[in-house]
Amino acid sequence: MSQDEYRGEMLPGHADFQLPEPPPVQRVNGRRPIPEKPELAPEQAAPVEPEADVWDQRVADTLAFLRRRLSGAYEVDEFGFDRELSEAFFHPVMKVLYRDWFRTEVFGIENVPSDGGGLVVGNHSGTIAMDALMLTVALRDRHPLGRHLRLLGADLVFRMPMMSELARAAGATVACNPDAERLMTSGQLVGVFPEGFKGIGKRFADRYKLQRFGRGGFVSAALRTGTPIVPVAIVGAEEIYPILADVKPLARLLGVPYFPVTPTFPWLGPLGLVPLPSKWLIEFCPPIPTAHLTEFADDPLVVYNLADQVRETIQATLHELLEKRPDPFGL
Amino acid sequence: MTAPPSVVVVTGVSRFIGARVAARLAADPRIDRVVGLDPHDPPASLLGLLEGVERIRADARAATEAIADLGAEAVVHLAITSVPDAKHGRAAMKEQNVIGTMQVLAAAQGASRLRKIVVRSSTAAYGASFRDPAVFTEDTEPRAVPRGAFARDILDIEGYVRGFRRRRPGVAATVLRFAPMISSSAETSLARYFSQPVVPTVIGRDARLQFVHAEDALEVLHRSVTEDHPGTFNVAGSGVLMLSQAVRRAGRVSLPVPETALSGGAAALRQFGVEQIGLDQIDLFVHGRVVDTTRLINEFGFTPRTTAAAFDDFIQAHTEGSTVTAERLARAEAAILDGIRKVRAAAEAGS
Repeated sequence: MSQDEYRGEMLPGHADFQLPEPPPVQRVNGRRPIPEKPELAPEQAAPVEPEADVWDQRVADTLAFLRRRLSGAYEVDEFGFDRELSEAFFHPVMKVLYRDWFRTEVFGIENVPSDGGGLVVGNHSGTIAMDALMLTVALRDRHPLGRHLRLLGADLVFRMPMMSELARAAGATVACNPDAERLMTSGQLVGVFPEGFKGIGKRFADRYKLQRFGRGGFVSAALRTGTPIVPVAIVGAEEIYPILADVKPLARLLGVPYFPVTPTFPWLGPLGLVPLPSKWLIEFCPPIPTAHLTEFADDPLVVYNLADQVRETIQATLHELLEKRPDPFGL
Repeated sequence: MTAPPSVVVVTGVSRFIGARVAARLAADPRIDRVVGLDPHDPPASLLGLLEGVERIRADARAATEAIADLGAEAVVHLAITSVPDAKHGRAAMKEQNVIGTMQVLAAAQGASRLRKIVVRSSTAAYGASFRDPAVFTEDTEPRAVPRGAFARDILDIEGYVRGFRRRRPGVAATVLRFAPMISSSAETSLARYFSQPVVPTVIGRDARLQFVHAEDALEVLHRSVTEDHPGTFNVAGSGVLMLSQAVRRAGRVSLPVPETALSGGAAALRQFGVEQIGLDQIDLFVHGRVVDTTRLINEFGFTPRTTAAAFDDFIQAHTEGSTVTAERLARAEAAILDGIRKVRAAAEAGS
């Protein structure tokens, strides 16, 4: 069922709104291993080749890259996004985690628009915002156009030295409506996690239970710019750092929203920072068009109902994905 | 559009931008009379520019008589300084910025023939906060009172202009929020900062900066006098340079320092009257500041050159003191590649 079917007088979030029937469950891991492997062979074969010209080219490319970085001859956009650094450094590093550590599988990439703006709304989990990074890599890796996801982050991220500059260089900006609308009107793909710290700081016992979606600011930003909303469900991030307890006084002392206690952190020190190798599944749901709802951007009822619709879609998709993945640490 | 005003009063003509604006207005045949108002004598380097300008050596208190007696039709208020000068200190800076603006506006309010007032402001009006949007439009309100002295002055000045607009709705008031100005010749504190061989920056922070070329700033000021553009406008070159990127493009070496050390060091240096890095500059280097110039481009029909182009012009004129220049890096790159080729050729010949 496409979103167009409940256009017209029936607004999304209407009482009659029904979630699409989930497709039949297809087990992709567990006892049955997945037969097909992504074609990594040619990529890995290349460096082993003792072809001198390839290495010449590589050395020359690396030197040219270093020269450009050292002489400042690169472009940064008004949000501080450094495309060259992202593509040459951040993405390759994160892709190792994405592919080899978390064995991420992506479904429904065709639901992500190829051109123009889009608002990707996901569930948030995993103590640190690893899911946001993996979602960025997934879009770069699997989208036919290799689109960059521009994340909206909490202001705490931008308060921290170093972290703030890394986040900006990787394309993130502060979660506020002016920035979100500016990015969407300039045709960018924006990623947002409306649960915020409630989502990533929840305990392991509450895994895959969506938290409250804030005030729906992301919906009004999408409505005002007429940008389609793409809900995305991410399974796997909950298991990387399972939070057993939250030491509130310590969190208050450090000025952070929560202080996690996981099976390995803080007991093992820096080793506790290694994420557990859970199996990740990411599914993009069909986009929800909003261009016909622009005049309702400040109607709380429409905004709230649409936020609810997004939330329900993600929650239902999470359940489906969890059935596909009976063993969180399986292949 | 109304005709250009025949009598224009310009304040702050003893300074770089004021002198040039006055000279350009005097050179415009549509304007009969340009009067420069400044309590200080301009330095010898600017005197040549001010030949066609009548100068009145008086502070803003005398502005009342001057503006009314001259029958001024336009007032360009440029006597606003961003850093305290070593001789007179912060008290004199505040006196000039805040009290001076109050007096100029009071005089303008009483001038019956006045049609237009142009006030120089700054993008510092947006303050600095970690929750700020990445790009400021003219409607963005600062989230908190900024800690920098200049930014606080700017907020006061804009407040007085709002009051003036209410009392004299018939006068077209233009407020121009300039990004830091840079050019091959302008002597600004930022130009001095980037001319040092080693440039101190804040550890863990890399600000997004925007500049406006001084020539473009002059053009916008000139157009706001000769044409009618009431309102508040951001004036900046499009695009962004990161502070680290700007330092690298200028061929300098950056020295990251903890923020507290930078504030402390700057305060100590100020005691000796060496360099004037204030909290305004440190806030700029921590938070960065990028503005949207769509309103300016649509209203003035003029696009300032980009931040990168403006900065390039500055670099061309300030090559001494640079160490890691683009040419040297390119030469080093070529040398390394050449070396590899030679070593390989030797190895192949040997085998």
